[in-house]
Amino acid sequence: MALQDVSGFQDTPMSHMWNTPASLSGSVPFRCDNRHTSLSSLSTSSSPPTRRPFPLSHGTTTLAFVFQGGVIAAADTRASCSGLVACPSAQKILPIHSHLLVTTSGSGADCMLWERILAREIRLYQLRHGRRLSITGSAKLLSHMLHPFKGTDVCVAAILCGWDVEEVRVEEFKGQRVDRMGSGRDDSISPAKRPIEETVMSTSDACSQDDLTDCACERTRHAVTDVDLTRSPVRDRCGPKLFYVCSDGTRLQGELFSVGSGSPYAYGVLDGEVRWSLNEEEAISLAREAVYRATHRDAYSGNCVDLFHITAQGYCRRDREDLREEYHRNRERVLKRGKEESEEDKK
Amino acid sequence: MEYLIGIQGQDFVLVAADNVAAHSIVKMKQDQDKMFKLSDKILLLCVGEAGDTVQFAEYIQKNIQLYKMRNGYELSPTAAANFTRKNLADYLRSRTPYHVNLLLAGFDETDGPGLYYMDHLSALAKAPFAAHGHGAYLTLSILDRYYRPDLTRDEAMDLLKKCIEELNHRFILNLPSFSVRLIDKDGTHDLEKLIPVGAK
Repeated sequence: MALQDVSGFQDTPMSHMWNTPASLSGSVPFRCDNRHTSLSSLSTSSSPPTRRPFPLSHGTTTLAFVFQGGVIAAADTRASCSGLVACPSAQKILPIHSHLLVTTSGSGADCMLWERILAREIRLYQLRHGRRLSITGSAKLLSHMLHPFKGTDVCVAAILCGWDVEEVRVEEFKGQRVDRMGSGRDDSISPAKRPIEETVMSTSDACSQDDLTDCACERTRHAVTDVDLTRSPVRDRCGPKLFYVCSDGTRLQGELFSVGSGSPYAYGVLDGEVRWSLNEEEAISLAREAVYRATHRDAYSGNCVDLFHITAQGYCRRDREDLREEYHRNRERVLKRGKEESEEDKK
Repeated sequence: MEYLIGIQGQDFVLVAADNVAAHSIVKMKQDQDKMFKLSDKILLLCVGEAGDTVQFAEYIQKNIQLYKMRNGYELSPTAAANFTRKNLADYLRSRTPYHVNLLLAGFDETDGPGLYYMDHLSALAKAPFAAHGHGAYLTLSILDRYYRPDLTRDEAMDLLKKCIEELNHRFILNLPSFSVRLIDKDGTHDLEKLIPVGAK
């Protein structure tokens, strides 16, 4: 680890024990070398024990955070490969279904493949069980599918951003036939039954969380309370969810994640400014600025920014924006501020 | 970079773990719970390689629960510890060893409280107090000095606080908060998170 280098701490020699098939033949079971990621290339992959035909780099900046209006996901669009820009307009945020997006980081091919596999498995689950897999379940599914490949060169570091839509199946509720809330894609599938207490509780949860969106609560007549600006419902059963899933097996739920070589720069902007109570405009401009700052400093991120916004209704995608515009806007802002300050001084 | 500690008293076990989930130099998460409930009176604390911790701990957790479902009674802490160790040992010489360091804390009706130390080489030792992580180097001597087998709950808590203050003072990495739990004959109790003063 970088900090171990800096502090000169000698780690125990058994720190890296992953035996890949290539290294097993002939070499000592426990390798004593410490491979540290250097500060200049904060990639998310573990060091490759086998020789690659060419160096893979994982340059990207992706980020996602939760706020009262849903989930914002943003990413740059530069696909780099050993020092050159392979594609200036790659798409790093891939929709899986109407309420789930995945941001990709790591090896492009691996991410594309695994997200297609994830989409397939989620769809199969939906067909088999009659209800959509929750975001938590999707994260766990991806994590377990990647686990057998741990120690190989598969490198996927994804943020699953989604909105868990609560499905109400309470025919017992005053004999009314209740409607499903949210996604309209799969109306044809007959939903599975759920126990009553569970559904009653989740009904009230769902209603209290749906703020900007018109809560499709044709079911019960709960009062839709104003959005609680201080509360963050990510721990509740439905609502916005954010998971970080990595091919090394990490699976974390959280409210703010940034992944990629540009992520520390993005964290610097986001950590100070992200709050639950942001409105949509502020959240989007914050996400855009974080990606911009990261692309400004990180050589492996750049070109344009993709912004997605997920609410209870599903995701909506903003047009791709060239960060050159943001650069010029920023310059004007700085110049204007400089001018104002010098005028103040003159007074 | 992670830290686990366990202290066994006369009729309880006190355990604590830090809350940081880090990736390279970045703290990805600051409220990660590293304790896994194996049963009402058994906790497994797990640190180590990124994905292995959760995968292995959940695997053990589900298997313990399966045993209960199949046989109608729960495994004792000793049995659970040995089961865990056996699994670690089996995977150790496979192509995919689990690189995890564990503390298993439990309370048995007949044997009383127990704290088991396990490391990634699947060593198992029942110990009155134990710690994992780089912070262990700094705190084991404190435990050696002040530990007594007849510690009360408050005294054990003070000893734990002493250790965490030492980490706060001397350890190069900032560990802003620690989850604390206590196991006794009444089950597992969540105690207040410990937040060392001076840390953000």
